[in-house]
Amino acid sequence: METRWWKSQKFWLMWVGYAIAIAAWYASVKWLPIDAFNRLPDPWTVAKEWFSPDPDFGTSIFTPVYYDHIFYSVYRATASFILAVVLGVPLGILMAWSKTFDAYASALIGLLRPIPPLAWIPLAILLFPGIELAVIYVTFLVAFFATVMNTYVGVKSIDPDYFRAAMSLGSSPRDVLRHVIIPGALPNIFTGLQIAMGAAWFSLAAGEMIAAQYGLGFLIFESYNLIQFPTIVIGMATLGIAGYLSSAIIRVVGNRLMRWRVQSFGMGA
Amino acid sequence: MGASDKMNMTAADTTGHQMAPRPVDGRLSIQHVGKIYDPEGARVVAVHSANIEIAPGDFVAIVGPSGCGKSTLMNIIAGFDNVTEGQVLLDGQPLATPNSPPRPGSDRVVVFQNGALFPWKTVLENVMYGPIVQRKMSSSEAEQRAMDLLAKCGGLDKVANSYPPQLSSGMQRRVEIVRALINEPKILLLDEPFRAMDTVSKTVMHQHLLEMYRVCHKTIVFITHDLEEAIYLADKVVVMTSRPGTIKSTINVNLPRPRTPDMMMGSEYLALKAQVIAGVHEEAKKAFERGEREHA
Repeated sequence: METRWWKSQKFWLMWVGYAIAIAAWYASVKWLPIDAFNRLPDPWTVAKEWFSPDPDFGTSIFTPVYYDHIFYSVYRATASFILAVVLGVPLGILMAWSKTFDAYASALIGLLRPIPPLAWIPLAILLFPGIELAVIYVTFLVAFFATVMNTYVGVKSIDPDYFRAAMSLGSSPRDVLRHVIIPGALPNIFTGLQIAMGAAWFSLAAGEMIAAQYGLGFLIFESYNLIQFPTIVIGMATLGIAGYLSSAIIRVVGNRLMRWRVQSFGMGA
Repeated sequence: MGASDKMNMTAADTTGHQMAPRPVDGRLSIQHVGKIYDPEGARVVAVHSANIEIAPGDFVAIVGPSGCGKSTLMNIIAGFDNVTEGQVLLDGQPLATPNSPPRPGSDRVVVFQNGALFPWKTVLENVMYGPIVQRKMSSSEAEQRAMDLLAKCGGLDKVANSYPPQLSSGMQRRVEIVRALINEPKILLLDEPFRAMDTVSKTVMHQHLLEMYRVCHKTIVFITHDLEEAIYLADKVVVMTSRPGTIKSTINVNLPRPRTPDMMMGSEYLALKAQVIAGVHEEAKKAFERGEREHA
């Protein structure tokens, strides 16, 4: 489709944006007469550490432990996300479909949703055997609520005429679910999934800082405790990349499922 | 006679004004129909004691000012809404009675005011939808039949793989009519389908609709607030009055078919128009004055 993307202005502006941010970082660490900033590693130190076969603080792209952290975080985020989708989408549809069920569930969700994920950690640790499930549970929660709410809104925002048209054409409730509700709500569902994925990453990192032996969140906090400042930045940057890639995957899947939107309006998920 | 035979009929097969023969099914009787919203509370009378007899194959237009209950009547026929009084019969079978829940069905397919083609399905998938969910055709049969019908209705087969939002609103409406016709409905319900269109597109759409009516002769109930369009298209114009919605008069249009745009200049047409306008104008004025009072 975009055969010469590297020639596009957008692509180069992106790199200009990165360059400015890195230059500002470098300048503030090197030249700003503030102690707090001078303690931080500059971009060059971080890059050297990150790509060093023999890193000073033991974590670089050449050390297996780096991939262990990535693996654990990705595994937890993916597991939470899949759980959130598998449970959240049907629940959102059910709430939008049945007024009775909506009345049950909305009140409960309204009460549970505002509780910050980190506030669940102590209870989650008591509740689940092992820290792994507790971290997944906490990560799952935020992603779950984002998925439920957006699915609900997605179904509610379908033009009632589509339901009438479907009924008029002889659809069974099952056909309505398959041919009207799901495709009609899909744009909102995918918006929800993007939000859910983002939410999963931030609560995951927080969860890992408090209760985990591995993972990027753990790596960041551990490096802080051990005064290994470049590794903190490596962990953060890796989280950023992982978050970006996971969103991109969702976008690609969404655009494939919603070809009609791409073709009709030139817009994707 | 099979469905496809009916479609294949050309002018030579038909008699009189080249119409396909009158269908045997599709007799609609609206008897003393009343609809009250919120009967326990506010008691909004949307339709009061409406009587309309529609013979199989008739093209009936229901005209009236906004809020006269014409859409309510349409929803009742379509089975989206129930009646609180009276009954509606389709070929002698009760379609709506005060005690039965609303029951939509593919024997009376609706074409909607704002268009309700599924935007996530291609034109072809939209047209195939009815026969497939009703399990009346296999998917290859449905595809063939859909392509056939699309081609017959002004070369719409060329856009079969487009998504509806990529088409003009006129084309979308024509596709929607094809999506209805493929189900061989007894009645085609058109709810102000050309409302949002400019005059030129509307004129084009009228010719398309008349052509579809000529080829697939079905009972048509056409809701509109446009008097000229009603007289031009229909055999019978039902004029409704507002609040409560009652039928003021029924005017038979005896203009010959095929109808052509130049008929709209003829004396017969103009006389009919004057007759209908007189009725509607009076009503619109009343409704307007009522509205003014309510907002004072």
